[in-house]
Amino acid sequence: MSSEEQAGNSVTRLPWPDQFEALAEQSKSPILRAFYESGCVSPETPMSEVPFVALDFETTGLDASQHSIVSIGLVPFTLDGIQLGKARHWIVRPKLPLHQTSITIHGITHSDIDQAPDMKDILKDLFASLNGRIPVVHYRNIERSFFDAALRWRLGEGIRFPLIDTMAIEAHLHPDRNPSRWQRLLGKKPVSIRLADSRLRYGLPHYAAHNALIDAVATAELLQAQVLHHFSRKTRIGDLWL
Amino acid sequence: MQAELVDIRNHMAQYPPFDEMTEELLDRVVGDIEVVYFKAGSQILELGDPSSWLFYVRSGAVEIYRRTGELYNRISEGEVFGQFGLLMNRKVRFPAKALEDVLLYKIPYDTFQYLWENDDNFADFVEIEDRSRLRSAVSRREKSNQLMTSKVTRLISREPVSAPHTVRLQEAARIMTEHGVSALLLMDEEGEKPLLKGIITDRDLRTRALSEALASETPISEIMSEGLITIRSNMFIFEAMLTMLHNNVHHLPVMDRDEVRGVIALSDIVKYESQSSLYLVSNIYHQQDVKGLKKISLDVRDSFVRMVNEDANSHMIGSAMAGIGRSFTQRLLTLGEEKLGPPPVPYCFMALGSMARDEQLVVTDQDNAMILDDSFVPEEHDEYFLALAKFVSDGLAECGYTYCTGDIMATNQKWRQPLRVWKDYFTDWIDNPKAEALLNSNIFFDLDGIYGETDFAEQLKTLVADKASNSQRFLAMLARNALNRTPPIGFFRTFVLEEDGKHQKTFNLKRRGTAPLSDLIRVHALACGSRAQNSFERLKAIGNTKLLLEDDLGNLRDALEFISIVRIRHQALAIEAGRQPDNNVRPEDLSPFERSHLKDAFQVVSGAQKFLKFRYHATVARNV
Repeated sequence: MSSEEQAGNSVTRLPWPDQFEALAEQSKSPILRAFYESGCVSPETPMSEVPFVALDFETTGLDASQHSIVSIGLVPFTLDGIQLGKARHWIVRPKLPLHQTSITIHGITHSDIDQAPDMKDILKDLFASLNGRIPVVHYRNIERSFFDAALRWRLGEGIRFPLIDTMAIEAHLHPDRNPSRWQRLLGKKPVSIRLADSRLRYGLPHYAAHNALIDAVATAELLQAQVLHHFSRKTRIGDLWL
Repeated sequence: MQAELVDIRNHMAQYPPFDEMTEELLDRVVGDIEVVYFKAGSQILELGDPSSWLFYVRSGAVEIYRRTGELYNRISEGEVFGQFGLLMNRKVRFPAKALEDVLLYKIPYDTFQYLWENDDNFADFVEIEDRSRLRSAVSRREKSNQLMTSKVTRLISREPVSAPHTVRLQEAARIMTEHGVSALLLMDEEGEKPLLKGIITDRDLRTRALSEALASETPISEIMSEGLITIRSNMFIFEAMLTMLHNNVHHLPVMDRDEVRGVIALSDIVKYESQSSLYLVSNIYHQQDVKGLKKISLDVRDSFVRMVNEDANSHMIGSAMAGIGRSFTQRLLTLGEEKLGPPPVPYCFMALGSMARDEQLVVTDQDNAMILDDSFVPEEHDEYFLALAKFVSDGLAECGYTYCTGDIMATNQKWRQPLRVWKDYFTDWIDNPKAEALLNSNIFFDLDGIYGETDFAEQLKTLVADKASNSQRFLAMLARNALNRTPPIGFFRTFVLEEDGKHQKTFNLKRRGTAPLSDLIRVHALACGSRAQNSFERLKAIGNTKLLLEDDLGNLRDALEFISIVRIRHQALAIEAGRQPDNNVRPEDLSPFERSHLKDAFQVVSGAQKFLKFRYHATVARNV
């Protein structure tokens, strides 16, 4: 184990705010340094006082090492309001060819992609919306791993950040969501923790469109609902972030 | 708006008032929205909270409540709520609660204001809704507060029962039994018209006749009550109640000038039952010294704010505040007489200006005068009246009614004169009008006797009503003075602002709003020979003469009500915020609704001033 990796390991064990401080010193990329320098709220901060940003990526597949990001949607919010005026959406050019099935899901065409910028050209704008905010995603394995891979590719350096995963919260709330064979025979249905299905449980409306931005808005709404139903405005963010 | 949010825009575009909005405008609205979720059963808006958003229900249902807690409305997908607070004083007037889990789109106040100013359809939508709510607020108020809004004539259910004052005891009792009344009016029928002479009640028959074993042939005039306390037919029920409380009588003849319209009994009023702010007024009469009065004067502002919050109109608030001021004055006079002894000659204490007009608010100075009986001899009697006037004036100042800077107070010898001198004053003002002199005496043309020989004041009113309408020069001069103060409105409907003491750009709602209006209404009223003092009553009197068109009268009434109520709300807000209430308003403190309607109201004042100038051949005075 090299000394650098040892240092890295000790950093990752630090609480998030301290980790950000350490990473700000280590980071060589100005964009990432600014991201870490803008800081991270203390784990004691009540949910009602945390500035969040809901984030959603559409990708060409599920494996960050093989597939790439096609579009990014985000919207800053707090428990008191999702600020649609600050919502952003970008289509970015994937490094790998667009898979046919993802075209039908995202509605993004080859000609959209051809005119799209590379992700590195939008990083400045993207981070302007992220700095100082806690990202909220539905299914963290996509956003966390794709973001990390995309930045390693473009900046030669990955990214670490705490986030709230609304899907993980649903998973926690429904530990027995997959009925056993016996239960299934007795008519018990599995509980879906997909975004659209989770929203139904909170009386949240159905969105016809499917794009990274509307999904980010949908995720933000879901977190507001989850907090009010299962936690409280005073819940420490440290209890919910991952 | 980001194109990817089209789902949100399309949802709104299905529902009024957004369905008729241009795409650009709706995009702008969506770009300003904040989305928020509420769990079923949670409170969304609390009464009295600052109101800064218009709410659009994206999904779920919301219940809207009245301040009483009564359910007012249920709002569901595609509907809006919260506009009432935005339109009026930026405070939540109708609390809201999530009936189901709801997702709301919050439209900020600035956007609301922009839409209201730039999209007529939107403005109509939120205002029509608003007006219907206002109407329901008014009808509710009338139910809960009839004492304050109803005139005593409402309580008169039959023609007065009377008999000549020459009847005998038994005959009087027989008439009362026959008609089933508890009081009998006794008339002097010797003159041209029968005059009210006295009253006899059930209780009198018990205590004065039966218990004394009087013969049935005793003339009724021997036991009847004379020097009756009466009330005028245009008084509010609460004033009747105050009169009864004040004089400890249970029956009040209701008069239309000299004629008896009917009799009301305390029991008639009790049926109306009240827990209103009359408590304060009745409390005034129980105070034994100035210190006590000063203490309860601190409640006057609370009672003002309460009335404003109960959506009382300006006429009610103005007369309630004037009633309170009158009660303080009356109580001080009683206390003064107790201290100084009974007055050597009869006198009338007279209120002038806003108190006489029943248009008093919380920021007010005292304007008063004394009319003395013509038997008054200065050397013998004036020491007493000066002392009394001083006692009242100092007492009023203690209670928050500051001294009149123009020295129009009974403490000023000039305004403490026998009736004949007063008659000369008025005759001179009317027959030899001089603009500048009239400017100072304007206030005397709003007068009301509030204590003692109020008939003296009535005589002055009669003199003014008879003389003024015939003097074109007087009316021209009065009209000219009424044009001195113009509404604060410039080209293109912009507000003309002045710098107030704190170097803020404001306009003065009294000096440039209600005062010019009451000035011009006074001119028309005097031209019609009206004896009314209150501006709304004067408008009614003007309406009977065709001097103004019905439409113009309606506009004047609305303008006066609107400017007055904005002024009243401005003062109530200041009191609630712990600031000193005043009349200076910054345009940015007004809601868009208030701003636009104020401009309309000022436009009405401006038009009415032009007409006044033309109608009375008044040229605007210079250097005054």
